[in-house]
Amino acid sequence: MSILINKDTKIITQGITGKTGQFHTEKCQEYANGKNCFVAGVNPKKAGESIFGIPIYGSVKDAKAQTGATVSVIYVPPPGAAAAIWEAVEADLDLVVCITEGIPVRDMLVVRNKMLRKEAAGGKKTLLLGPNCPGLITPDEVKIGIMPGHIHRKGRIGVVSRSGTLTYEAVGQLTEIGLGQSSAVGTGGDPINGLKHIDIMRLFNDDPDTDAVIMIGEIGGPDEADAALWCKANMKKPIVGFIAGVTAPAGKRMGHAGALISGGADTADAKLAIMEECGFKVTRDPSEMGKLIKAML
Amino acid sequence: MKIHEYQGKELLKKFGVVVPRGVFCPTVDDAVKAAESLGGKVWVVKAQIHAGGRGKGGGVKVAKSLDEVRQYASEILGMQLVTHQTGPAGQKVRRLLVEEGADIRKEYYVAALTDRTTQKVAMMASSEGGMDIEKVAHDTPEKILKVFIDPVDGLSDAQATELAVGIGVPAGSVAQAVATLQGLYRCYMETDASLAEINPLILEGNGNIKAIDAKFNFDSNSLYRQPEIMAFRDLDEEDPDELEASKHDLSYISLDGNIGCLVNGAGLAMATMDTIKLFGAEPANFLDVGGGATTEKVTEAFQIMLKNPKVKGILVNIFGGIMRCDTIATGVVAAARETHLSVPLVVRMKGTNEDIGKKILSDSGLPIITADSMAEAATKIVAAVS
Repeated sequence: MSILINKDTKIITQGITGKTGQFHTEKCQEYANGKNCFVAGVNPKKAGESIFGIPIYGSVKDAKAQTGATVSVIYVPPPGAAAAIWEAVEADLDLVVCITEGIPVRDMLVVRNKMLRKEAAGGKKTLLLGPNCPGLITPDEVKIGIMPGHIHRKGRIGVVSRSGTLTYEAVGQLTEIGLGQSSAVGTGGDPINGLKHIDIMRLFNDDPDTDAVIMIGEIGGPDEADAALWCKANMKKPIVGFIAGVTAPAGKRMGHAGALISGGADTADAKLAIMEECGFKVTRDPSEMGKLIKAML
Repeated sequence: MKIHEYQGKELLKKFGVVVPRGVFCPTVDDAVKAAESLGGKVWVVKAQIHAGGRGKGGGVKVAKSLDEVRQYASEILGMQLVTHQTGPAGQKVRRLLVEEGADIRKEYYVAALTDRTTQKVAMMASSEGGMDIEKVAHDTPEKILKVFIDPVDGLSDAQATELAVGIGVPAGSVAQAVATLQGLYRCYMETDASLAEINPLILEGNGNIKAIDAKFNFDSNSLYRQPEIMAFRDLDEEDPDELEASKHDLSYISLDGNIGCLVNGAGLAMATMDTIKLFGAEPANFLDVGGGATTEKVTEAFQIMLKNPKVKGILVNIFGGIMRCDTIATGVVAAARETHLSVPLVVRMKGTNEDIGKKILSDSGLPIITADSMAEAATKIVAAVS
């Protein structure tokens, strides 16, 4: 098992015909069972055509009806990305992974509130990962997103982080010491997003093929603290925690739109403290995340 | 992106928020003329810089004659205004706002911002206007009222009334306060702001509600569709190195230490800064070269880092994914040559084409120190500069 996706997942790519979409779709197809997983693309102007052997449909709804896909990945440029998310939600998919960086925050606020309303009215709940995220991978089965496939290795450690390259850092360490990953998930660097650390920790806790988790966070927002408090009460597996941005000045946006200290509670030190209180093995040296988790098994 | 108070007030006015009559003035003579044309007996001369805390730093003065207007305008214009937000060097004042005086009976605080926890817009209001709101939040949190707004609905009359009555606006002025709050909310949404704050919002003797200050911050992801806001951009208020970096699509922030760092990815860049500190030095900057770095981009990044005279060494930390280590290595070698690099350089590379990258570095004949882990890289650069 794994979380969210596996070798049998059927995936639609929204924005498959753009430069980024094409580049990453090819890489995703080449990885493990990707050839069988990526079953559809969407572009209203190119319906009926195909790319890399993947048929293109006019809408997500059509693509789902024709292929039985339950997951989509979005590479649509920022001005149309929130509408692409909503199209996937309206088509009742299980999971939408939005890679796009730079979506206006107001657009995300509106689409998130529309999603909540749909659920509240009894509509199907669609999970959203991202935006501005690297995606997720279950090694040797399927990768959805922009992470380099070859650094991964099948194993029993879960990895969750907002940042892409910091996820790769943890993954690289786990692979190097022979542990590998059950799944690795990037939740994204934006302030308004879908799945958060707490949601991914819940999934790893319930996954029989995950033995321990590396949880990586950064300055800004309440996500890591919320997850830590949940873990204290519920998590049955060991966790190594790291927070980036101890040296980041307050009030400055550190690359990610969401990486901005706005009060006393969302500094790296405050988050490290609460994670430690909640039973995480916390480190300030990101080079030792892998070693620490090995020592806890 | 931030804007000036006088620009913020122009925006608020468009959304029906009442602001004092005022004139933007680039010179002292303009300030005196503005006061004459505004009329009355009392004027406020206000320094226009992006940082807050201007009053305490001597950047806001109340003038009771045209001579005083001239005197204060001469003092403020061109001064290095130091506030708790500018840093010790302060910010040079290049623009003034001259306004009519206000008959202040009561000061309130109101602000709109995006709340990450509820994923709604939070509208905050407090009876404790004119003060540092973070201090109010810390000392008397019960004096800050909040409502959460679903952007699909907007700020309802009931919510706005709840805030206005809650902060003690007298009955006769509640309707105007409600209109002000709704105007502030619409302004926040339609301009793609990430913060819109009025502190203080005042009650005048005649019962009018007026915005005496305006502070805005805008979502940089949305600027492409906000030409009016972009036109407000004041490059004089921005760090010249950060500005130069942004032109090359590099995310750069200057810090106080002496180790420059060049990293791909925002999270890894912060983690690299932290590791430098953990091993005994301080980072000189945050620099994310992004996912698509080219030789030109890396050279530009080196030039920006090296402009900082405090930089005594450079640490490059790359996790090659889509971006290959050999591409970065070629860029680093070219940049080191082009900038005639004279400070120690430590390079740590992992991931795609790591071995080819390392070979390019060692074949270059340059004194580049290599490292396998972030900890090793930090240890080596700290040792090299001390």
